[in-house]
Amino acid sequence: MTIQQARSKAASVEFKNVTKMYGKSVTAVDDVSLHVHAGELVTLLGPSGCGKTTTLRMIAGLEMATGGNIIIGDTDVTKLPATDRDVSMVFQSYALFPHMSVMDNVAYGLRINKLKKDEVIERANRGLELVGLTGYGDRLPSELSGGQQQRVAVARALVLEPQVLLFDEPLSNLDAKLRRQVREDIRDIQTSLGLTVVYVTHDQEEALAVSDRIIVMNNATIAQIGTPRELYDAPKDEFVADFIGEANLLDGRIESIENGMATVLIDQIRFELPTTDHSAGAIRVAIRPGRIQIVAANTPNTMAGEILKATYAGSHMEYKVATPAGELFVVSDVESDFSDGQAVGVGFATKGPVLLTA
Amino acid sequence: MWLIVGIVSFCLLPWYVLEDGFWSFEWLFDGYPFDTDYAPAAFLIAQGEKLWLAPLPFFLLLPLLSRVLNHSAKQRSNVLIMAGVAGIAWLAMQGLGIGLRGWNFEALSQLFGPLDDRQFGMGFGALFLFATFLFFLTTGIAGRGAVNGDVFVVGAIGLIIAMVTVFIFFPIVQMLSSALRDNDGVYSLGIFAEKFFENKIWGLGCLQGGTRCGVAWNSLFLAVLVGFLTTVLGLVFALVATRSGLKRGNFLRAMTVLPIITPPFVIGLAIILLFGLSGSVTRFVADILDLQPTRWVYGLPGILIAQLLSFTPIAFLVMIGVVEGVSPSMEEAAQTLRASRWQTFKTVTLPLMRPGLANAFLLGFIESMADFGNPLVLGGNYDVLSTEIFFAIVGAQNDQGMAAVLAIALLIFTLSAFYAQRRWLGKKSYTTKTGKGDSGVHVMMPKRVLLPCYLVAGIWTLFTATVYGMILYGGFVETWGLNNTLTFKHYITAFGVGFNDFGIHFKGSAWDSFFTTLKIAATAAPLTAMLGLLTAWLLVRQNFAGKNAFEFGTMLSFAIPGTVIGVSYILAFNVPPIELTGTGVILIISFIFRNMPVGVRAGIASMSQLDKSLDEASLTLGANTWKTFTRIILPLMRPAILAALVFSFVRAMTAISAVIFLVSAEYNMATSYIIGRVENNDYGIAIAYSSVLIVVMLTVVALMQFIVNRSGKGSRLAQSRTNW
Repeated sequence: MTIQQARSKAASVEFKNVTKMYGKSVTAVDDVSLHVHAGELVTLLGPSGCGKTTTLRMIAGLEMATGGNIIIGDTDVTKLPATDRDVSMVFQSYALFPHMSVMDNVAYGLRINKLKKDEVIERANRGLELVGLTGYGDRLPSELSGGQQQRVAVARALVLEPQVLLFDEPLSNLDAKLRRQVREDIRDIQTSLGLTVVYVTHDQEEALAVSDRIIVMNNATIAQIGTPRELYDAPKDEFVADFIGEANLLDGRIESIENGMATVLIDQIRFELPTTDHSAGAIRVAIRPGRIQIVAANTPNTMAGEILKATYAGSHMEYKVATPAGELFVVSDVESDFSDGQAVGVGFATKGPVLLTA
Repeated sequence: MWLIVGIVSFCLLPWYVLEDGFWSFEWLFDGYPFDTDYAPAAFLIAQGEKLWLAPLPFFLLLPLLSRVLNHSAKQRSNVLIMAGVAGIAWLAMQGLGIGLRGWNFEALSQLFGPLDDRQFGMGFGALFLFATFLFFLTTGIAGRGAVNGDVFVVGAIGLIIAMVTVFIFFPIVQMLSSALRDNDGVYSLGIFAEKFFENKIWGLGCLQGGTRCGVAWNSLFLAVLVGFLTTVLGLVFALVATRSGLKRGNFLRAMTVLPIITPPFVIGLAIILLFGLSGSVTRFVADILDLQPTRWVYGLPGILIAQLLSFTPIAFLVMIGVVEGVSPSMEEAAQTLRASRWQTFKTVTLPLMRPGLANAFLLGFIESMADFGNPLVLGGNYDVLSTEIFFAIVGAQNDQGMAAVLAIALLIFTLSAFYAQRRWLGKKSYTTKTGKGDSGVHVMMPKRVLLPCYLVAGIWTLFTATVYGMILYGGFVETWGLNNTLTFKHYITAFGVGFNDFGIHFKGSAWDSFFTTLKIAATAAPLTAMLGLLTAWLLVRQNFAGKNAFEFGTMLSFAIPGTVIGVSYILAFNVPPIELTGTGVILIISFIFRNMPVGVRAGIASMSQLDKSLDEASLTLGANTWKTFTRIILPLMRPAILAALVFSFVRAMTAISAVIFLVSAEYNMATSYIIGRVENNDYGIAIAYSSVLIVVMLTVVALMQFIVNRSGKGSRLAQSRTNW
């Protein structure tokens, strides 16, 4: 599997108004359209039951779409079963065949696809090498550690050089330290081979760290698509703001809009933000805990606040602050030193607040 | 592919069943292909015979036509479905419509005029043609997108539905219709009602101090009693095994193998040896108390004792699963809330087990209803449904209609119990297993529960040991009760081996039936296991419309008592289109469908432990369903396969109820041979033969346990039984 070959096989994935119903009443995926470019790592992120795994399984062909079209590369695969799609998947449980050796597991797909014997061996060995398990071929999966099993599962999916590689929560069975390591390995292999990867997770930190783009799903629909930075800095609505990182949600008012800039008032604080589709009136505003500044009371352009609870958390300080706009959660550096009951002023960093759509 | 099979079967294989059997190949030299008895369908039509077969090739060639016309994939699928349905329908219609004496129904002969031709049972040609049409149909349905267009899965579903229809529903329907007919073959509801509500079945004479109650009431009373008592005993044993701190748990578990390897009437025999007119206990008591020995044991008491001995281990298996299923943490929670042991047991443990208790009761009920061997041996004047059915057919009356009516009554009882079990208990389960291992230890039972449990369990164990000892010992005794000298006479009569010019000569009278039994059981076992596991796989892993009905249909045969199967088979397969009575095939088929639920249960139990993502991994790696099934599923299910194999083998060897209707001079089975000896009061040989069977099967089961344990995976045998 030369890098060039793999890159040339990687294909895009497109959903056109795809819907999946279970029975007559349960809608798992509702009219979803999305586009994953070739060679890109895209994460499907969302709380459990949001339809992200169903979406992944529809790409694999393990679930059939009830409506709409699924296109991989240039081919419409909507009605094609998993067997006939050029897509491999790494399962949450790894799904290694317990009665076969590591080598046989990795070679399984190659053998099924009737490749020549020596090519099977060669490619399987290269697959094992790629995940750093050379020499483990004769072991049974039960004789490997969790992380090693995970890598065998990746190798098994890789050796087929699929158009699209799917990961279904691949890290959820690993302990925290290993998780960081494995997710970097996956990302390295993906970029060096130029693979198209679709990756499902419910862990927002994992998604932010690993993806080119993230698709946030909620209630069977797409909430927002964007790069990790876009999602973190400019969440579109309350759900995304709250799900990715923590956010304080406040009620404010747009006083006027001029040249795409809105003037917003929250309690005493007035600031300007870029806007495209808002109009004057009541508005919800999200602000990250780290973008709120606590200063001395009565500083200009701040609102009055009272520290309810100060918590020392090692690397930073956490405050609960009561303000006229509501209770806020604030993170600031350890140098800050406010104590319970102290009266303070609360202000926003520039580019801190984000306007949300209703 | 199937098109070729279809054409070959139509043009080359003999259409009708052959007198001398297909594999003798005599037909090849004896007038084939022109003699009408041997000819394939194509030659029959060419000679102007059996013209009603003429439309079949048209249906067969339809798909080919559609290919030539270059239809779209969807149109082709539709044509396949049409051809399949039409072909199957036509085969069924001509088969049912035209029988040994021309038209089978008055209406048909009025419609088409008399037919002076006839036809025999369908043979290999028809069989393969039927399969062809069936797979046309399933391929067509798959082509239209059912089950993701999976040809193999749809084909497998179609196959199983067809088999269950032909070998379970068709016979039952035949039986129902024969119950509706009077002796001249005229249909009449009045006759049915008259027979069905006859005093003999439903009479309540005993309640008014009269002579006797109807058979149905007898059966019901007995079944309720047995169900209740086996449940209590089963619970007692389960508690002793798990909650007493007694280290003999393994011994008790071993005991549960006993009913599996014991032919059903053997317990009855032992009871006779103990309590019969010349039984040891009867004599002993009579001598001491100076009483006249009586036949008190024949009738309700005898059957009851025998069935309790036979079925308590089954209840034990159910109850031990239930007792262990109660999570220790619940009991520990109760204890930390200051409940005493007795209070914990009464308020937490027992209520949690309630559905399990109901389940065990219904199982005991069904088993007792269906039991044939013990009432036959011990019944005396206490008639029950299962034996009455038998006597209605073999007795002087030979009233098939009556047998059918009795069978329906029996079927109503067992099916309602079965239905209750599935609908009511299926939904309401207190199984407290969470999937995570509970680390707690089961609470010891309070003394006031434990002591009676020990007492009951001890007495029962002693009794069982005596009974089995009796069986082994009885085979060596000259004439029980009259002449107690030890002898090998019975073994020699039954299993004598001599030498003559041709080498070893099996001259014992039992060898014939012994070998037949082995042969048939060995043939039926792999087929049963295969069909059962395939069904289990479809049920666990595939989703398709009508899955619930499919499951119900395949599990149904468990609730149909063997006697009912027996009666319905002779009613259905004695005449064309499917003529099987008197062959070994009908025995094999009856075993397959009697024991299939066991295979299904074993398969489901072990398959639910295989993560579904294994299948999916294989699919995404490019394997199709068939390859996934053979390369991933089957190798991983080896223990379940072995269990299903051995279990169906053993059940086939010990079965009696259905067998006794279906055996013939050529194909006699061990069990019916033994029953024959019992009826001649030839207890010596019967008992000797029974002990041989028990030893043989014990060996088989032990061998299996050994192999399964060595492969490092626990036996699913026990589990599969508890899941009933």
